[in-house]
Amino acid sequence: MNWLRRLLRTPEGAAGLAILLILLLAGLLAPVVSPGDPLRIAGRALLAPFTDPAFPLGTDRLGRDVLAGLLYGARTSLAVGLAAAFSAMVLGLCVGMVAGFAGGLIDEALMRVVDAFQIVPAFLLALAVVSTIGVSTPIIVLAIALGTWADPARLTRAQVLAIREQDYVASARVIGMHPAEIAFREILPNALPPVLALSATIVAGAVLTEAALSFLGLGNPNIATWGSMIAEGRSVLRSASYLSIIPGAALAVTVLGVHLFSEGLGKALGDNDVGAA
Amino acid sequence: MSGIFCSLRQLSVTYGRGVAAALDGIDLDIVAGERLAIIGESGSGKSTLARALAGLLPEGARVGGEMLWPGLGHAPRPGRDFGVVFQDPGSSLNPVLTIGEQVAEGARRHLGLSWKQAYVRAEELLGRVRIPQPDRTMRAFPHQLSGGQRQRVAIAAAIAARPALLIADEATSALDVVVQAEMVRLLDGLVREDGMTLLFITHDIALASGFVDRIAVFRNARLVEAGPVRSVLSAPKSDYTAALIASHRDLATPPLIAEVQP
Amino acid sequence: MKRAIILLRRRAISSIPVLLIVVIFTFFLLESASGDAVDAYLGSIGGGDAALRQSLRESYGLDQSMFARLWLYLSSLARFDLGWSVAFNRPVGVLITERLPNTLLLMGSATALSFGIGSALGILAGARPGSVRDRMLSIGSLIVYAIPSFWLGLVLSIVFSVKLRWFPIAGVETIASGKTGFARALDIADHLVLPVGALALIYLALFLRVMRSGMAEAWKLDFVLFARAKGLSRSRIVLRHVARNALLPLVTMLGLQSAAMLGGSVVIESVFAIPGFGRLAQEAVNGRDAPLLMGIVVTSAVLVISVNFLVDLVYAALDPRIGASEGGV
Repeated sequence: MNWLRRLLRTPEGAAGLAILLILLLAGLLAPVVSPGDPLRIAGRALLAPFTDPAFPLGTDRLGRDVLAGLLYGARTSLAVGLAAAFSAMVLGLCVGMVAGFAGGLIDEALMRVVDAFQIVPAFLLALAVVSTIGVSTPIIVLAIALGTWADPARLTRAQVLAIREQDYVASARVIGMHPAEIAFREILPNALPPVLALSATIVAGAVLTEAALSFLGLGNPNIATWGSMIAEGRSVLRSASYLSIIPGAALAVTVLGVHLFSEGLGKALGDNDVGAA
Repeated sequence: MSGIFCSLRQLSVTYGRGVAAALDGIDLDIVAGERLAIIGESGSGKSTLARALAGLLPEGARVGGEMLWPGLGHAPRPGRDFGVVFQDPGSSLNPVLTIGEQVAEGARRHLGLSWKQAYVRAEELLGRVRIPQPDRTMRAFPHQLSGGQRQRVAIAAAIAARPALLIADEATSALDVVVQAEMVRLLDGLVREDGMTLLFITHDIALASGFVDRIAVFRNARLVEAGPVRSVLSAPKSDYTAALIASHRDLATPPLIAEVQP
Repeated sequence: MKRAIILLRRRAISSIPVLLIVVIFTFFLLESASGDAVDAYLGSIGGGDAALRQSLRESYGLDQSMFARLWLYLSSLARFDLGWSVAFNRPVGVLITERLPNTLLLMGSATALSFGIGSALGILAGARPGSVRDRMLSIGSLIVYAIPSFWLGLVLSIVFSVKLRWFPIAGVETIASGKTGFARALDIADHLVLPVGALALIYLALFLRVMRSGMAEAWKLDFVLFARAKGLSRSRIVLRHVARNALLPLVTMLGLQSAAMLGGSVVIESVFAIPGFGRLAQEAVNGRDAPLLMGIVVTSAVLVISVNFLVDLVYAALDPRIGASEGGV
């Protein structure tokens, strides 16, 4: 918990954590604040925000509650963002470890695969996956993960290659430690930190990719997503621009929160000037 | 060959976070035109002294006491009044700029030369520090040179603007032993030719004693003793100095430097 | 120059296995779709009987086995033939060639702007790390970088197209205007201001941060201390020593981002209805047009490989430590 205290002492960490907690709360309390299906028609259409206390943020073209959409959308964004990032990290770590350890032909082959996934634009890949297989949430998570696992894989492999040469690994080998044991007890814990530092960027990217997919109509149509809300608002952009602006602002705040949190974490864990997003 | 170039009165330096002083109450005069060696082991404060004189202390360092510059009459300007050569030849030079540019830029800045004139001077300087093929080296990059060559380039760059004082902060410590001897000869020659004052900072008392006029011994942020080389070596006033001397062999033959490890 | 050609050949050869993996993976991905382009086409024309479906399938070669089709595709790819688009009823290659210039124009302008301004601001921030100016620029860039590009595009069009009416709201040029030459160029530029602006702003923030962070790191290096000891002017130290070194990670980042930028073009072109490559991808998806989508993926891969190659050349030009030294000492 020491790192938590240090994190909170940095302004970035405190602000980031605050934003993420608010989002988490929004998602968890969604059924409490706005009970019922957020996609149902709740009231009169195109109500402006701050006019009706029953609908604090107004309603959209079909009369759906904007606040409900916002709160339930938070769930989607966070859930998909975290799940996709987690999957990408796990896949990347596995492939990177195997490539780094195996070496030789297996390493070469795996690296070509990693190259392939890095060369195809992640969004294009996600687009292709979702459009061919389907728009269910697990598929969306998979689609995003497929576009982003390559960077952690490459980084993990580089770490493994570097750490393999270290003295403490050599001594472990000398005392007869089994290779698998060396992998998990000596190498993995030391390879992890820089790869974890990457995770914030991946989460932020995943949130944005999910939103972009829903914006283009390729999100899950049965749940509320911020991207689809923005897309819905396009048709009434001139008269009711708030419909697109509000969910977009929520997206920006979410991504900002993730970045701030990661900067604060970086500072708390020791290195100053974490640098670019 | 007279007059005091720089006078330190009770100079103290404490780094921002530290409690203990890096330099504590130093009283030392640097005579104009002399070659003065600062001898000390790690933590003695010798590098701090170099930084303090050069005005390159890190932010947050607190300085007490005085640094007077009677030889200049004003606060020293880096490059113009003094030049510094650092320990690591690999990292003193910018890897993406040519040797020529890095030697010439000091001359251009302080001597009012055009780039063309400064480049001419830079090539001359490369010749003086005995770099082979100075014209080709001008266009080369640091990674193409050896450690010893890079250190020569650093010396050339440091004296490009004809400063009166040259501070060599462990300038030879990262070099091979044979190269060290050459470097010392080079420094000695340059300083004599240009009438510069030399501050030679090192942990190697044998190396320094071969060519300097005076030595000052530092230990734990304090000045232990200072005086002409012969007197300090033959009759050290402090036990520490005696111990330093005793742990070396073959002090009697300057400029031969041989460190024989058992 | 000769070295560049040797590198190009080597890079092209080593890219082939990667491209092969891309093609094969995408092929099998698109195979897993239920229903193909013929189904989509029939769906769009209101249905058709089995005979029509069968004859269409045959004519497009969709009735053959999976592996036969893969082999067919690979061999035509080797002849630079990208196949036939079912939805558009035209060769894929022609479609892509028509649409690509718009996207390249969009991407190119956005990259140039964001790189130029972003690095300049990054230098301003990194000249004095920790200063007020630095903190303001860092926080500002963090906020801007968090904004989704498509949302920014929408907001910009609300403000500048709808409310202020300064710029057109969609398209890449005024349709059937008959303009040519310079007038046409101005018209296109007018249409591209907002989309380029939206993209450029986001990438500007990124490049700012990378330059700034690169400079903060470079300040700690010994040669900067040496430059200060030489008494060089502050501007020379900041620009010629610190920033010049910080340029290297920035160029690397440019290469890494090229794939992401190409992907981002899809949404921006959707927002501003620009008939570009990204928009084509969306249309391929809607039309379940596998050959077109394949062609788009392959072209994207080739584009990214090319950009990476160019970036590597630039990096080698900037960093003398890369590659064999010519005229060494």
